[in-house]
Amino acid sequence: MTMLFKPVILWTDSLIYLLVIVVLAFVWHVRRNEHMLAPWRRVGHSASGMAALTVLVFFIAVGLLDTVHFRPAVENNDNGNSEKVYSVEVLSLLDIIAAPLRTRVEKTYSAPFAAHLYARETIELPDGGQIREFPRLQFGGAHLQNPEAQLTADVTWRAAAGAGLGVFVWCVLVILLSASLAHRDNVGVLYTLSAIRRGATEIPWNAVLVTLVLILSLLGAALALSVHYHILGTDKVGQDVFYQSLKSIRTGLVIGTLTTLMMLPFALLLGIMAGYFRGWVDDVIQYIYTTLSSIPGVLLIAAAVLMMQVYMETHPELFDTIAARADLRLLFLCIILGVTSWTGLCRLLRGETLKLREMEYIQAAHAFGVSHWRIISRHILPNVMHIVLIATVMDFSGLVLAEAVLSYVGVGVDPSTISFGTMINAARLEMAREPMVWWALLSAFGFMFALVLSANLFADAVQDAFNPRVRTWPVKAGKPYRRKRQEEDPETKPNAATAKDVISP
Amino acid sequence: MSPLLQIDNLETILHTGTTPVRAVDGLTLQIMQGETFALLGESGCGKSMTALSIMRLLPEVGEIVAGSIRIGGEDLLLLPEAAMRNVRGKRISMIFQEPMLSLNPVMTVAEQISEVLRRHFNLRGEAEQQRVLEILNQVGIPDAARRMTEYPFQFSGGMKQRVMIAIALAGEPELLIADEPTTALDVTIQAQVLDLMRDLQQRNGMAILLITHDLGVVAEMAQRVAVMYAGEIIETATRTEFFRSPAHPYSCKLFASLPGKTKRDQGLAVISGSVPPLSREFIGCRFADRCDHAWDLCRTTAPEWSLVATDHQVRCHLFNQNSGSRIQDSIKAAEVLPQAAFKSQPAIFNSELLRVTDLKVHFPIHKGLMKRVTGHVKAVDGVSLTIPQGGTLALVGESGCGKTTVGKGILQLIAPTAGSVCYDGLELVGLERKQLREKRAEFQIIFQDPYSSLNPRMRIVDIIEEGMDALNVKDKVGRVGHQSALPAGKEVDALLQRVGLPPETKWRYPHEFSGGQRQRIAIARALAVNPRLLICDEPTSALDVSVQAQILNLLKELQDSLGLAYLFITHNISVVEYLADEVAVMYLGRIVEWGSVDEVLGNPKHPYTQALLSAVPVVELNPKREVIRLHGDLPSPANPPAGCHFHPRCPHAMPVCHETYPGSSNFSSTHTTRCHLYPQPQNTSTLQQKNARTTV
Repeated sequence: MTMLFKPVILWTDSLIYLLVIVVLAFVWHVRRNEHMLAPWRRVGHSASGMAALTVLVFFIAVGLLDTVHFRPAVENNDNGNSEKVYSVEVLSLLDIIAAPLRTRVEKTYSAPFAAHLYARETIELPDGGQIREFPRLQFGGAHLQNPEAQLTADVTWRAAAGAGLGVFVWCVLVILLSASLAHRDNVGVLYTLSAIRRGATEIPWNAVLVTLVLILSLLGAALALSVHYHILGTDKVGQDVFYQSLKSIRTGLVIGTLTTLMMLPFALLLGIMAGYFRGWVDDVIQYIYTTLSSIPGVLLIAAAVLMMQVYMETHPELFDTIAARADLRLLFLCIILGVTSWTGLCRLLRGETLKLREMEYIQAAHAFGVSHWRIISRHILPNVMHIVLIATVMDFSGLVLAEAVLSYVGVGVDPSTISFGTMINAARLEMAREPMVWWALLSAFGFMFALVLSANLFADAVQDAFNPRVRTWPVKAGKPYRRKRQEEDPETKPNAATAKDVISP
Repeated sequence: MSPLLQIDNLETILHTGTTPVRAVDGLTLQIMQGETFALLGESGCGKSMTALSIMRLLPEVGEIVAGSIRIGGEDLLLLPEAAMRNVRGKRISMIFQEPMLSLNPVMTVAEQISEVLRRHFNLRGEAEQQRVLEILNQVGIPDAARRMTEYPFQFSGGMKQRVMIAIALAGEPELLIADEPTTALDVTIQAQVLDLMRDLQQRNGMAILLITHDLGVVAEMAQRVAVMYAGEIIETATRTEFFRSPAHPYSCKLFASLPGKTKRDQGLAVISGSVPPLSREFIGCRFADRCDHAWDLCRTTAPEWSLVATDHQVRCHLFNQNSGSRIQDSIKAAEVLPQAAFKSQPAIFNSELLRVTDLKVHFPIHKGLMKRVTGHVKAVDGVSLTIPQGGTLALVGESGCGKTTVGKGILQLIAPTAGSVCYDGLELVGLERKQLREKRAEFQIIFQDPYSSLNPRMRIVDIIEEGMDALNVKDKVGRVGHQSALPAGKEVDALLQRVGLPPETKWRYPHEFSGGQRQRIAIARALAVNPRLLICDEPTSALDVSVQAQILNLLKELQDSLGLAYLFITHNISVVEYLADEVAVMYLGRIVEWGSVDEVLGNPKHPYTQALLSAVPVVELNPKREVIRLHGDLPSPANPPAGCHFHPRCPHAMPVCHETYPGSSNFSSTHTTRCHLYPQPQNTSTLQQKNARTTV
């Protein structure tokens, strides 16, 4: 029995696995320590944070599915021996799941849910005459006899069926959740259900479930439709845009997370050292980042990427597949972006550390003879983490955009890597077409928007929970009591209302 | 006479958190034309919210839900916002606590004053400038014509507060609200500013609503007093009545908790517990939980106003005619009840614990591209002092005189420029970091601001254990022996109990504690490593009077039981009187007078000490003292005056003072000062100075 596939671990894959392991270890560690768990419980109290997390989970799931790479075995019929040969094409689990999307390539542009191409073609008629018309798509809506008449009804019906299935799955999940909650709290399932509906649970499950029902019904509809249609249209070479958007998620996540990981050690170490030690250490670090940030970033990145590109092209023997080469290029892009983008955060951290080092609790630590390293790690680091958190999330969106800009200049990801950047870059020309091709840009924008927004909202919730000075309350806050006087006697004091409005805007 | 300001049943709530906070709850008061009305209370009792309600400048979350505020018969709460702008600055002005934050740093002083003039008097050009100059002269800014075009950073703290007052006066208001106007200032500057306010009031006949927590300022300034507690006024009286016989148990306790010389051998009266959260519903008297005289009625019925004397009302069941006079005497009795008395041990300090000789801490001033050193800020310039084992030395001085730097220099938190710090026979200056670390457990510091001295992201247990871990005190045998025998993990519990906190609190974070509790935690942290010397850097100046009493009691009790030595850095003279054995008075980086408490405070020799002591507001009715007014401010330590540093402000300055810094003159084995008024050690021409001395 031979393997049906050969696992492939690309460079970024291994780093993502490492990241996942670190996160899991951290979760395990936090779960064992009550005092570390407490702030995370407070994260759980934030409705917007939990809703954002629900969305993020789907993005991360797609990204992780797209991270498991392998080379499928191909049939080798040449001489019938047992030599197993693997395809040179590296596929991911997502590629397998989305095989219909990946393989059904049309000729060129087609609009979402279209049954015809977006461009006229000259078609030879059997009688020798020629007409120009929009030809039928090879796959999109191919099952329809008469698209003009059937399309709307078919799409609606399939969408409804898919959404219905999504809602059904959701119902199953709700029942499972309330059953497990009821079991844990020793109360009735119905009671738990009503508690969830009223928002009386500790974690705002109602917000999570509302988000979930939206996502699941959308997802159900999308899955049901995507088998028969290109739900977000196709691009210039006929590739499904929905598939491209799904593939871009991993690229976006990799650039957003790995770049931050590359950048953080520089920013944290140098920023805190500069602020804490002052003196010549501060001078040296300041000169370094001032110099670095005065070089135009794009130039620096372009130079580095081009050098790497030339090296890769002169040493093709280093890479056994195209995917390996594209992946290494992505990794280098992350490293280069990381090395050039730490200056902003470093400066922020230096400033904050300058302020913190004069705080009396740091002085008290000095008076105890606490070592510099411990002061930095126990007193300064936790007190600048909120800045790091905000900066990294803000950078996340910035980095995804930077990737788009760099791909536009031609120094971004490998052309074979699908990313939001390459999608937007391609859309640049499409926007100028007449009639306009709008769907590629819109889907890239929509997916990026959802990803960045949910990451921002979640980071907000985390920041609030970890800042001990901001108290977070369980969802139900008391309704403020307002304008008692106005309600009391609106007749006798006609001016009271205006005065009150002014006082309490 | 009809009142100028009449507030009826004012209710202000703040919408923060789950339940609204009733910051002001049914407040009624009247202020007459031209009178000074003091609103006295501890932090968090709603004083500032009252002021902001009058100005209608409440924060976003604040709302006035009931009541009326009438000025000259006109209800401010009925005015539209546009009309309110004619009231603010014109009829009612306000000065704030922090002069550094209340002036716009990018506008000149004249511009900030003329803003008011343009708004309310439509003055322009020459007339406007003329009026600005007039006002600045009125508030006593020297050389006003030149200084009016300067920016706030060019003014000192006291001058800034004068400018603030000038802005407030520019509209010629009928009522001036002064919210803690002198809390951020030094006593000598405070005396100047209070003087100025009194002057201006007499001249312009305006009324002042003075908001303060300082009984001394009330005694100096007020004509009528109202005591505020938990959002409501609990006592109103004329100043004389109030200081002669405070009625409400809370007011009595406030007086009793003031430290002072006469209470040296006893604990200070403390008000148990803390101010209740104002988000709570109150059923009975708000003070009942902390009151020694509370009985059932207090917990079930809120007291109404009772008349104690003419112009003296109190909100307490004790004075209600119907409930009998049975308790009136018990208050008086309780006052005499001896508080937990301390052993008044005779101060026999044989062994010397710390000797500081000629300590200098200079900070270089860098200028230019290459950061050349162009000068030095001589924060500490030759300080010598000794602290005996188990004794308390108080270091007194105004802000900026270098007292905190002395403390940090002794602890080697700042590397001294010169001099020696000799702890228990060991020279600390120039010691390697590692060697120094071994001695760190012996001397510890308690900081002024309990809000910034605890890391907000660490639990109490981690905060307290930090020093133990760093110095490995757990392994050593505790010298004081109060914790060494305990198993691991119990030390923290024992320490927390020692400073009066329940051990369960160790799992919480600092933000869950009040200021006084935080200061206790800071003390516990310092005690964790068994120090013998504690440097207390203004440990009570950020706290309310009643909380200050708790902390002072704790410090005194710890000294008795553990034999700690204190270097007590403060500007609060009454704390010194209460706690210290010896006093060193510091001026501009140098100690100008040093002696035992009785010698220095009872018979001050140096003109600066004399002025400093006379400027402290005294809580008594008829202060029979001449306040020595110091003009001007503390000079910059970067550029100290030649000769005696004090001569530019000294009322007795002589030609010799401009030339040489005086040597030390001894009055007894312990009392010395450095002043040309007294016989100089090597100086033969002392006769003339002796003559001068008699004029003091």
